[in-house]
Amino acid sequence: MMNTALVVMKRELRGYFTTPLAYVFLFVFLFFANFMTFRSPFFEARQADLRVFFDLLPVLFLFLVPAIGMKLWAEERKSGTIEVLFSLPVTVGRAVMGKFIAAWLFIAVALLLTFPMVITVNYLGSPDNWVIAAGYIGGLLLAGCYLAVSMFCSSITANPVVSFILSVVICSLFVFADYPSVLLVLESFLSAAMLEAVENLSFVLHFESLRRGVIEFRDMAFYVLFITGWVLATAVWINGRREAG
Amino acid sequence: MIEVTNLKKVFGPIRAVDGVSFTVNQGDVLGFIGPNGAGKTTTMRMIACLTRPNEGTARINGHDILKDSLGVRKSIGYLPENTPLYGEMTTISFLGFVCEIRGLVGAEKVREIERVVQVCSLSEVLYQTIETLSKGYRKRVGLALTLIGDPPVLILDDPTAGLDPNQKRDVRRLINNMASYKAIIVSTHILEELDAICNRSIVIHRGRIVADGTPAEFREQGGGRIDDFFEAVTRGRE
Repeated sequence: MMNTALVVMKRELRGYFTTPLAYVFLFVFLFFANFMTFRSPFFEARQADLRVFFDLLPVLFLFLVPAIGMKLWAEERKSGTIEVLFSLPVTVGRAVMGKFIAAWLFIAVALLLTFPMVITVNYLGSPDNWVIAAGYIGGLLLAGCYLAVSMFCSSITANPVVSFILSVVICSLFVFADYPSVLLVLESFLSAAMLEAVENLSFVLHFESLRRGVIEFRDMAFYVLFITGWVLATAVWINGRREAG
Repeated sequence: MIEVTNLKKVFGPIRAVDGVSFTVNQGDVLGFIGPNGAGKTTTMRMIACLTRPNEGTARINGHDILKDSLGVRKSIGYLPENTPLYGEMTTISFLGFVCEIRGLVGAEKVREIERVVQVCSLSEVLYQTIETLSKGYRKRVGLALTLIGDPPVLILDDPTAGLDPNQKRDVRRLINNMASYKAIIVSTHILEELDAICNRSIVIHRGRIVADGTPAEFREQGGGRIDDFFEAVTRGRE
């Protein structure tokens, strides 16, 4: 028997490509990724790497990933199809997994489609392709974090717009947690240990070493725990709602 | 096949369902009638494991709704009110999705889709997206959804709402054809429907069962008219 999570994933992925959403997303993502990368002092820097592109990802994802995540559950609730889904023999956990993986795979495809950039830098010079690969792995994990938050936001409201705004706000807290200006404000009322804790919650901080080609255990642990936590929270929330209403 | 014992559901101060018990056996078509907001949909959703009762339980085909939700859902075909479906999917891909969730793949899946498409007369709209279908066809796709995997229990929430007289007749005929080997619960607002499809019915009002009997008995008690009886049991208690 086919795993029900896989069936849900397949349906979801297909859904992306039967609506304009997927194409609009891919176009906007690829346009901005390429435009911003090559518009920056990419050529003047005379360095064959994708540093600029990876620097860009945290901000680019901030608006684009919630656009993918916002519909995951909100739309099901709004249209009532969630009743159909859960009247079928599929557990909440598997449905949540299926949807999450579908959206994540889709973003992975978007990331893969930036391959001409890799070819470009390889043509222009001889970059360290391991560093680039690590950067891509980091980018995918980073996207997973945004997506996990967005999926949770999508499960608590039946309105995709509310879900979008909520996820952008929550994600930006995690993006900007290690910005000097934010830390400066927090410094005035948080102890040093708490300040470090806040700083360590930042997506960008954990992306830093991956982007430079260093795969560190603590960064991986952060991503895995962060994603698992929000995905679990989504499952718990949906289960709770099912029982209540 | 369906044993409901003392189901209760509270939404804040409102007692939506207040101690409902009944049984439905194989071969029975139970009609659920009552005014809007009487608790019909909530009762059906509890039986289909879409919401948890505050008290009481139900056993479907031997599976308890509180302990074995998956077992219950394997045994039930449920048609929600207003037939919400994935609009962007085509009829055939939607039915395929339901087959796969119910564990039917490959040749089995193809055979099952062929069967329900024939039963529900959907062959003309197989490759059309669901959002472009007429109300009648959407309802039929909804019914096809409940038939996939041939579950022994069907719970149909207002299956004839919004249909024209011919379509209504089609749906009733469909239900009649399956009645002998399934246990079916149908909710409706239309009293004549009781005669057409049900061999038993329950009137539910303010979360409680106020009458339980055959449509013929109801008519007799209403002095020849079911609507008089319906008014007496639902208005008389306000």
